Amino acid sequence: MAKLPNKRAETLGGYIVHGMPFPVEIDSEALAFLKKLTPIQIEQTYSVTYLHSYGQDSPWFAGAANKHLLASRDPSSGYTYATPRGHDMASGEETEWIDITNLPAHVHAFTVCHFGSEEFLPETPYVLAMIEFEGVDTLFLTRLMGVDPSQASLDWIGMPVQPHFLRNSKLKPTDVYFIPAG
Amino acid sequence: MRPVYALAGGVSKFAKARPDKTFQAIIKEAYDAAIADLGLDFPAFTATVDGSVASYFSDHFSRQLMAGIMAQDYLGLCPKPSHRVEGGGATGGLCFQEAWKSIASGHMDVCVAYGFETMSHVETWKGNEFIALASDVSWDYPVGGFYSGYYAMMVTRHMKEFGTTVEQMAHISVKNHINAFHNPYAQKRHRYSIQDVRQAPMVAWPLTRLDICVMSDGAAAVVLASEDGLKRLEEVGATISRPLVRVAGIGRGTDAMRMSDRPHLDYDTFMRDYATEKERGSDDTRAYYRGLWDRGTRYPGVHSFRGGRVAGNMAYRHAGVNDPLGELDFVELHDAYTSSELQTYEDLGLCRYGEGGPFAASGKAFTPGLDYGLELPDEPICPVNPSGGLIACGHPVGATGLMQAVFATWQLQGSIEAHFGDPALQIKNARRGAIHSHAGTGTYISVTVLEREA
Repeated sequence: MAKLPNKRAETLGGYIVHGMPFPVEIDSEALAFLKKLTPIQIEQTYSVTYLHSYGQDSPWFAGAANKHLLASRDPSSGYTYATPRGHDMASGEETEWIDITNLPAHVHAFTVCHFGSEEFLPETPYVLAMIEFEGVDTLFLTRLMGVDPSQASLDWIGMPVQPHFLRNSKLKPTDVYFIPAG
Repeated sequence: MRPVYALAGGVSKFAKARPDKTFQAIIKEAYDAAIADLGLDFPAFTATVDGSVASYFSDHFSRQLMAGIMAQDYLGLCPKPSHRVEGGGATGGLCFQEAWKSIASGHMDVCVAYGFETMSHVETWKGNEFIALASDVSWDYPVGGFYSGYYAMMVTRHMKEFGTTVEQMAHISVKNHINAFHNPYAQKRHRYSIQDVRQAPMVAWPLTRLDICVMSDGAAAVVLASEDGLKRLEEVGATISRPLVRVAGIGRGTDAMRMSDRPHLDYDTFMRDYATEKERGSDDTRAYYRGLWDRGTRYPGVHSFRGGRVAGNMAYRHAGVNDPLGELDFVELHDAYTSSELQTYEDLGLCRYGEGGPFAASGKAFTPGLDYGLELPDEPICPVNPSGGLIACGHPVGATGLMQAVFATWQLQGSIEAHFGDPALQIKNARRGAIHSHAGTGTYISVTVLEREA
């Protein structure tokens, strides 16, 4: 028999309170009693809209919006970064853009997220994967679709995969995700 | 550099939530405990301490910028010098080392390192979101990245490359929870079995809730001093525990924020730049590593924390440690995840890369004399997280590395029974120990070696 939940989820929220219990007469005994009270806790909403710039990485997002997966390469050494970097770590030189859309790719590591940051909880369970590309020196973090999250297996590591692009770009790294190749 | 001594420390009770006090007052609990350990009253200590270093990770959790100065004034330390240290999960370890620097350099003779985090002000998964914002917000966070997921990916690679199993990781959860059963400061004091760990709700495959530390409210404080500082404290009435506990070595390392960007280095580079002295000097180990590389292993990739190896090697050189497993009597390390404790065994040279899994289940890192309900093939050699670690004690981020320093100081003073009211976790004749503090996926890592003077 399936284990049933025996606790209700804890959430914030509730009644708005006006008035607070406090001694009617303030004498030394009443003032000393104030040390024995439980704390007052209030809710504070914190919300902000940022204007986030992708800066030198911006062309990557334009590429994904046009179904091209771009990467960065050091022009002198050829060291290639699957996740864009404006400058090479070893030479310090500015990198150049290359297109790796059609390179053979495999799963390097993965997990199935059954929980996540609050923003992503509605999407659970989802699969995160780090992708390796032939001839590319670093990896790319992405969502892996087309696999059953309930059947996670180390056999997924090494699986050939290919990129798939959203038809309507959101200008996020999730504009591209990967699926089993074939 | 002058000798620096860790004299006393205090830890507040770590708890899921501490709405009874503001963060300043929680810090004062730990601070007062450290002063009491010195046998001083508040004004005498205030008059003698030269300054402080404050440790806290996130401004989001408290929704308060400049919290450090608010602690400084609450503790009555204004106008003495202070600064805030922040380095993710390694914040506390970095803070301890900054206090060490203040004294070793001659800038101060008595310095107090204090740290806190109050993580209960938001709900758990919002808290996970705040912590996830300590990953690249252009590339990693928006994909759905969060820290349990990042560590889970690292360990799936470790499992694939080295054959590490979830049961081996679960040994660490059982060990640390049962250790904490004897630590009254710990947030979670439970006896679990391997089966309990594996049957707990899955968070990020293969890590369950019992593979992962919890969020906490809490604070810790440590008092460090030079020889001149010792004299000044004794002149105002302090009772200094002897033999003294000296900071014998410090080390730090880093790695790229995005795991994607980390290198995959060849055998020769690994042996030249990262192998421990002991590994380099062993024909057997060189052949073992050659075999790993022949089968495709590259370093560090996403299976290992290169910054941890760099920090460990640096601290060991400083302290004159050649064989960590044989020469350290205990280690308090950053076990935010069972997997990261297992990986850190390797980084710190307690075993070779790839052998963290068998090491975890061997018994070598368990505490002598405790009943874990497990069949362990080996006797304890170097207990790891005898306090219960982050998994059981909790992880109020800015306090955590300082908590480790406090527990390590008490181990080396031989005062665990006096502080815990239970002798079970006292490592007999502990002479040298290490503490290890680690920020998200190994971005900042600090290692400090502490020694009891002869």
